[in-house]
Amino acid sequence: MHIPDGFLNTATTAVGWAASAGALSYGTRRLTRDLDESQVPLMGVTAAFIFAAQMMNFTVAGGTSGHLLGGALAAILLGPWAGMTVITAVLAVQALVFQDGGLLALGPNVLNMAVVGVLVAWVVYRLSLRVLGQRRSAPSIAAFTAAWLSVVIAALFAAVELGLSGASPWGLVLPAMGGVHALIGIGEGLITVAVLSFVRVVRPDLLSLSARPQKPGPATLDQETAS
Amino acid sequence: MSRIPRTIWILALLVALAVTFLSPLASPHPDGLERVAEDQAFIERAQDAPYAIIPDYVFPGIENQAVATIVAGLLGTLIVAGLTYGLARAARCRAAHQGGQ
Repeated sequence: MHIPDGFLNTATTAVGWAASAGALSYGTRRLTRDLDESQVPLMGVTAAFIFAAQMMNFTVAGGTSGHLLGGALAAILLGPWAGMTVITAVLAVQALVFQDGGLLALGPNVLNMAVVGVLVAWVVYRLSLRVLGQRRSAPSIAAFTAAWLSVVIAALFAAVELGLSGASPWGLVLPAMGGVHALIGIGEGLITVAVLSFVRVVRPDLLSLSARPQKPGPATLDQETAS
Repeated sequence: MSRIPRTIWILALLVALAVTFLSPLASPHPDGLERVAEDQAFIERAQDAPYAIIPDYVFPGIENQAVATIVAGLLGTLIVAGLTYGLARAARCRAAHQGGQ
């Protein structure tokens, strides 16, 4: 879903940059407040794994492929702010070093995959866990739902940007992007659940790192009054 | 604070690096966006990048396509790991500074 340069017009590109810059600056503020020491190496290896896994395109249907986006995986392992940072780093290296996704389109691509992809996954995951309660399959069902929806909604954001840019009529580009990514999202869901299940078996302690409660009172309050 | 031993992180990084060895088996078909762009005939709007370092995940100058892909993948995985670790380290330093721990 990496948009190359040329697909989007200047106005849409500028809005994409502004929105992703705003979200990243808020995310960075949250990150520099809450980041736990043990999350530092987890962010590095999660980003490395997502980059590697993104190279593994899988065929979905009729001569079309998809690959992991990793927004849900990053959000569930790390929480939304660290997750957003991780996907942004992956997208930046892909654009700058591998010419995958345009340089100008990096802003919109970060918006779609790092901001929308991660935040949708995080919200859906937390809500699903609450709805599903204590049943054993709850984490897997929640992760699959979060992964699938994050891909479909990220794709719809890309479709809106393409529509705004006049690349293709709305009536065509929205259903086409949504439809093909509804299939790719199934792959995203399966990979996300498989990786999380593997982690749960070998190192369940890694899964608790994002669920850490925020640091209580004084530190947060001090910082808030200071800023 | 860190109860997770360093060996675990090194093993996890090795797993990520190992995944890149599968990349030559990746589906060669266009991805979802490229498919839509071809079907709806806006693929020709795409512009080439102003420069190329490792285009298409194929390390330049290596004859064997599979090896070139794996080398590109290994390199990219290490760059991403290093960059993200650095960003996280910087954020953590500020967090520790602000949180006073």
